[in-house]
Amino acid sequence: MVDVVVFLISAAIVLGGGLGVILFANPVHNALSLIATLFGVAVLFIIQGAQFLALVQVVVYAGAIVVLFLFVIMLLGVDQAEDLQTEPLVGQRALAGVGAGLIFLLVLGGLFLSGPTDGPGNTAISGQQAAVTPIDDSPDVEQLARDLFTRNILAFEATALLLTIATIGAVVLVRNRGGEDLAVDNPGSAAN
Amino acid sequence: MEVTETWYLVLSAMLFSLGAFGLLTRRNPLVMFMSVELMLNAVNISFVAFSTALNDLAGQTAVFFVLVVAASEVVVGLGIVVALMRRRPTATADDFAELKG
Repeated sequence: MVDVVVFLISAAIVLGGGLGVILFANPVHNALSLIATLFGVAVLFIIQGAQFLALVQVVVYAGAIVVLFLFVIMLLGVDQAEDLQTEPLVGQRALAGVGAGLIFLLVLGGLFLSGPTDGPGNTAISGQQAAVTPIDDSPDVEQLARDLFTRNILAFEATALLLTIATIGAVVLVRNRGGEDLAVDNPGSAAN
Repeated sequence: MEVTETWYLVLSAMLFSLGAFGLLTRRNPLVMFMSVELMLNAVNISFVAFSTALNDLAGQTAVFFVLVVAASEVVVGLGIVVALMRRRPTATADDFAELKG
C-alpha cells in the first residue's frame, strides 16, 4: 500500500514537472521544473530497488546537467520570456499534439494488446535465458559494477572515449576564433 | 492494490509524449534540449521497470549508459547553442539553418 502512495506522489511530481518544462515561458522556470521531474524519477528508481541509479540520477542530472543548463541561460542572458502566444508555423501545435498523442496511444496499444504478461520466467521476452544477469540480494552498486566491468567492459571503455570526445568537442565549439567578441575576451588582439 | 510494471510503463509513455510535444513546439533551443531530457528519462523509467519485472540487471546497466550519453549530448549541444547565441543573442531553433563551416 505504501508503495502505491509513493508511486502516485512521485508520478504526479514527474508529470507536473514535465508539464512545467513544456508550458512555462521563462527558461529558468523550465529548468527548475526539470529538476522536479528528475527528482521524481529518482524516487521511482529507489522504490524499484535501483538505489545507485537514483543517486547517479540526482548527482549527474539534477546536479550537473541542470546546473549546466542554468549556467548557459545566465551566461547568454536569454532568460527573458519566450512569446508563447504566436505560432510561427500555422497548425504546428495541433500537429505536434496529434503526433505526441499517437506516440502515447501506440505505446499503450503495444502494452495492453501484446501477448502474455511478463515475468521472471518468460523466455519469450527476456530472450535466451542464459544471457540474463539475474538480480540477487547483494548491494545494488556491487551487482552493477560486476555487470559493468565484466560483460559490458567494451561499452564502458567506449563511453570513456565518448566523454573525452565530447569534452574536446565542446572546447573546440566555444573557442574564440578571430576575435569577433569583446576585446576583453581576447587580450592579444586588444593591443592592435 | 499493487504497483506493477504496467503503471511504470504508462507513466513512461505519458512523460515521453510530453517531451515529444515540447520538442516539436518550443522554439528556444535550450528548452528543446530539456524536452529531450524528459524523453530520455521516460525511457529510463521503463528500462528500470523492465529490469525489475524480468529480474535482469541489463536494464539498469542500460540506464547507466543512457546517463553517460545524455551528459555528453548536453555538453556538445550547449556548446553549439553558446557558439550560435554569441553571434545572434535572440536566436531560435530556426537560426540553426545557417550552421555551417
